Amino acid sequence: MVEVKNIDKSFAGTQVLFDISAQFEPGRMNLIIGASGQGKSVLAKCIVGLHEVDNGSVLYDGRDFSAMDRKQRTEIRKEIGMLFQGSALFDSLSVIENVMFPLRMFTDMTEEEMRERASFCLTRVNIVGKDNLLPAETSGGMQKRIGIARAIAMNPRYLFCDEPNSGLDPKTSIVIDNLIRELTYEYKMTTIVITHDMNSVMEVGDHIVFINEGKKWWEGTNKDIIKTTNEEVVSFVYASSFMKTLREKLINN
Amino acid sequence: MNLFEHIGRFIVMLRWVFTRPEKTKVFRKRFFNEVDYIVINSIPLVAFLSVFMGAVISLQTASNMSSPLLPEYTIGYITRQSTILEFSPTIISLIIAGKVGSNIASEIGTMRVTEQIDALEIMGVNSIGYLMLPKILATMIFFPFVVVVSMVLSLIGGWVAGVQSGLYSTETYVVGLQAFWVDDADGLYYALTKTVVFAFLLTAIPSYYGYYTSGGALEVGRSSTKAVVASSVAILLANYVLTQLILI
Repeated sequence: MVEVKNIDKSFAGTQVLFDISAQFEPGRMNLIIGASGQGKSVLAKCIVGLHEVDNGSVLYDGRDFSAMDRKQRTEIRKEIGMLFQGSALFDSLSVIENVMFPLRMFTDMTEEEMRERASFCLTRVNIVGKDNLLPAETSGGMQKRIGIARAIAMNPRYLFCDEPNSGLDPKTSIVIDNLIRELTYEYKMTTIVITHDMNSVMEVGDHIVFINEGKKWWEGTNKDIIKTTNEEVVSFVYASSFMKTLREKLINN
Repeated sequence: MNLFEHIGRFIVMLRWVFTRPEKTKVFRKRFFNEVDYIVINSIPLVAFLSVFMGAVISLQTASNMSSPLLPEYTIGYITRQSTILEFSPTIISLIIAGKVGSNIASEIGTMRVTEQIDALEIMGVNSIGYLMLPKILATMIFFPFVVVVSMVLSLIGGWVAGVQSGLYSTETYVVGLQAFWVDDADGLYYALTKTVVFAFLLTAIPSYYGYYTSGGALEVGRSSTKAVVASSVAILLANYVLTQLILI
């Protein structure tokens, strides 16, 4: 379980996160949602340690990550997998080398074992026969799946996905969402997804934290979000007239 | 950020550069890749520049020697001293700072803006050490050899130009190259010492500018330009300081 307690974060005197607390449990799709510029990516970066928190703490199964030094954090980081918004695959490495990278850096596996593990992860995300391509030679959806394969290569306990659907068509988005969900359930990972994609919210949101103006505004499930009367959540989730109509129909049913 | 803040952040960064690599095998592979990429790939350019540099130095020296009291072998002597003390270590370093510096800054800068550096950090990799140490060490160790090659080719260029133009004979030029060598041999150590320092500057400064790039493609381009300017200025300043410390 990942737990954040009373997190504050400022940049150059401007506070962007205000006293945020939340628990993200394993085996569930935990979503952090919110409009652009409201602080959800900053919150995610604070959780994984790319930003230092000003106040509060981040706990990984009770281990206080924010109080650790770099060496101690490295141990926790080996248990973290992350899928980036732009996939962040290493340009100079082939598809399979990208997936093998964390194994090469942190395990004593032989070349053959690493290749076997990487092939397994790639097959798991439905990438077959693309081992020797460079990331630039693959499509956006494929890059996301390779990113997921790299993220799960070390068998992580915690999986972070920063806007996994950005730049993808709706059909591929659903494929990616379902893949992350399957892996989360299968490996009982604590998965945290940063998104503002409403399809994802409705499709896979087991636990949703809504961030607005740097504060935790609302928390619930994808079923709760249909019925919520919280004005900010409603205006964010049901921004289009189509979604408003859909919501009314869902409530009436 | 002002200059002092940059220097402070650069020094803090160096602490992370010179840390033990996570995996020796990975480091070794990256080290030799950088030797190939930064050092070996620079040899054709260095060779071309050195031959013509040596040729011009000897022709200019010959054309400026109007006094009949100066022995003809002075041309070879001045060509040797100019090449070893200044032209090969400093001018070649400045040119390589332009070629390699912009390359390093844009490579690392692109990795920064496409979150590849964040990916390394999240995996628990010391991204500064992983990206910079192989580049800096490869250049510091092997760049002096490139400069020695440059010295040799520059002297050959001087010989070819002078003999071809009929300004002096091979024998006279060789006598000039050998003149006072016993007293001047220390100049070679001075030249190679400053080459090592320049090698550090021309890789570490662009790495710094690339690593702390923020934004997008425009900022990567700006970092690349700043990196070349800053490393060139640093090389010239270091040249002055080292000359004062070692030669004077």
